[in-house]
Amino acid sequence: MNLDANTYQVYAKGYGKKSPVLRDCACAFLVGGIICCIAEGLYRLYLHLGIPETNVRILTPVSMVTLAALLTGFGWFDKIAKFAGAGTLVPITGFSNAVVSPAIDTKAEGFVLGVGAKMFIIAGPVIVYGTLASVVWGVIYYFLHRGGIV
Amino acid sequence: MKNKGLIRIQNPPTILSSAAVVGKKEHDGPLGADFDLHAEDDRFGMDTWEKAESEMQRLAFGLMLKKCRMREDDVDAIFAGDLLNQCTGSSFGLLDFGIPYFGLYGACSTMAESLMLAALTVGNNIFNRAAAVCSSHFCSAERQFRFPIEYGGQRTPTSQWTVTGSGAMLVANDGGGPYVTEVMPGISVQKGITDANNMGAAMAPAAVDTLTRYFSCSGTVPEDFDVILTGDLGAIGHDITMELLYSSGFNIRSVYNDCGLMIYSAKEQDVHAGGSGCGCSGTVICGPVMKRLRQGIYKNVLFIGTGALMSPGSVQQGMPIAGIAHLVRISSELPGTLVSGEERGGSNG
Repeated sequence: MNLDANTYQVYAKGYGKKSPVLRDCACAFLVGGIICCIAEGLYRLYLHLGIPETNVRILTPVSMVTLAALLTGFGWFDKIAKFAGAGTLVPITGFSNAVVSPAIDTKAEGFVLGVGAKMFIIAGPVIVYGTLASVVWGVIYYFLHRGGIV
Repeated sequence: MKNKGLIRIQNPPTILSSAAVVGKKEHDGPLGADFDLHAEDDRFGMDTWEKAESEMQRLAFGLMLKKCRMREDDVDAIFAGDLLNQCTGSSFGLLDFGIPYFGLYGACSTMAESLMLAALTVGNNIFNRAAAVCSSHFCSAERQFRFPIEYGGQRTPTSQWTVTGSGAMLVANDGGGPYVTEVMPGISVQKGITDANNMGAAMAPAAVDTLTRYFSCSGTVPEDFDVILTGDLGAIGHDITMELLYSSGFNIRSVYNDCGLMIYSAKEQDVHAGGSGCGCSGTVICGPVMKRLRQGIYKNVLFIGTGALMSPGSVQQGMPIAGIAHLVRISSELPGTLVSGEERGGSNG
């Protein structure tokens, strides 16, 4: 075989199916939408129960995180996510799964070096860059505000 | 001309016994009935996946001994490996037996690599009997190479499913076959593939390299074999290998198959491009293939164990994935009756 690396990479790309992007998008839209509807339902339920709106704004995501954590623990979340893709990943449910799944996985290595150290192995970058992005946006917002734009 | 690496074993050793232990998914696959033992929950009675993998090796090795009525003392050495860091699957799994142990890392090519070394040492009278053992476990491999088991992600169409299974073989200088007659160590080949979810494409060039070397110096043609089996190239690697060999003048289509395509039902078991892992070729060779050799359905098998030489760190650093492909020829007849072209000077003395 005399193909050089570049030629081979182009050649190999021609093999194998591509991800079904349209179907994946439709599934993500459907399941992501259902998750948002559940959250909206909870939001209204909490309001209906007379809980102050400021608390409901906290309580709803907490409920969704708890729900996703429970589903991860029961071993159902990954089965839903296999179908839903970004539909379960993008909402806060994905964040919950990304924390709980390594926690379950690493408990055999102990609570300190296992669960404690590795719980954020997937969600860690989201927290780091999420915080960083909010700081950057804070600075931009400060100047926009000073300039009277917002 | 450069030595192409073919080793004809002067006193071809016999594969005295073999055993294959698999998980539930593999048992539910098309070859399920040909494996010796399976577990219902893949835990094999253990509390961690790593211990479960070791337990599979212990069971496979024990069963292999039992099938040929041998004891630990009858085995002079074990060549074994797996995919876990520092090969702990093998070292812990085979700890109880008290046999001289060589730990190998050949990634998913370990069955071929261990069998090759066992056959070479026995064939050259270094040992009377040597064992070749390997394993992989879907859950321990996922943990080490990819994501936590319960993580909700989607797999790409080119990804492969790590086989939960362990294969063990005993090679001896006495016995009436099947024989390991020829071996050819693989050369690492790297063609710039960096996608860890496309191992088939990363390993195919190595398989093509080994098979091209073999056919051009062994004097054999693909039709001399009942089956030419690669380890775990999956759907993509299988097609690439076949086409690249065809363009080099070797048409293997009629006799070619891949263990990764045989072990699962691709559509029903949702394994995307097929099976992978040391246990893939390990269980298929030690189970169904050995069974067919003993039944006389196969007389000549060319087995090419394929491995992707990488680590999670090397992939994250953008290093390309190298492939390796070790070749072992298993025949039910002694070499005197083998088809052979011009004899190359005995590279194995």
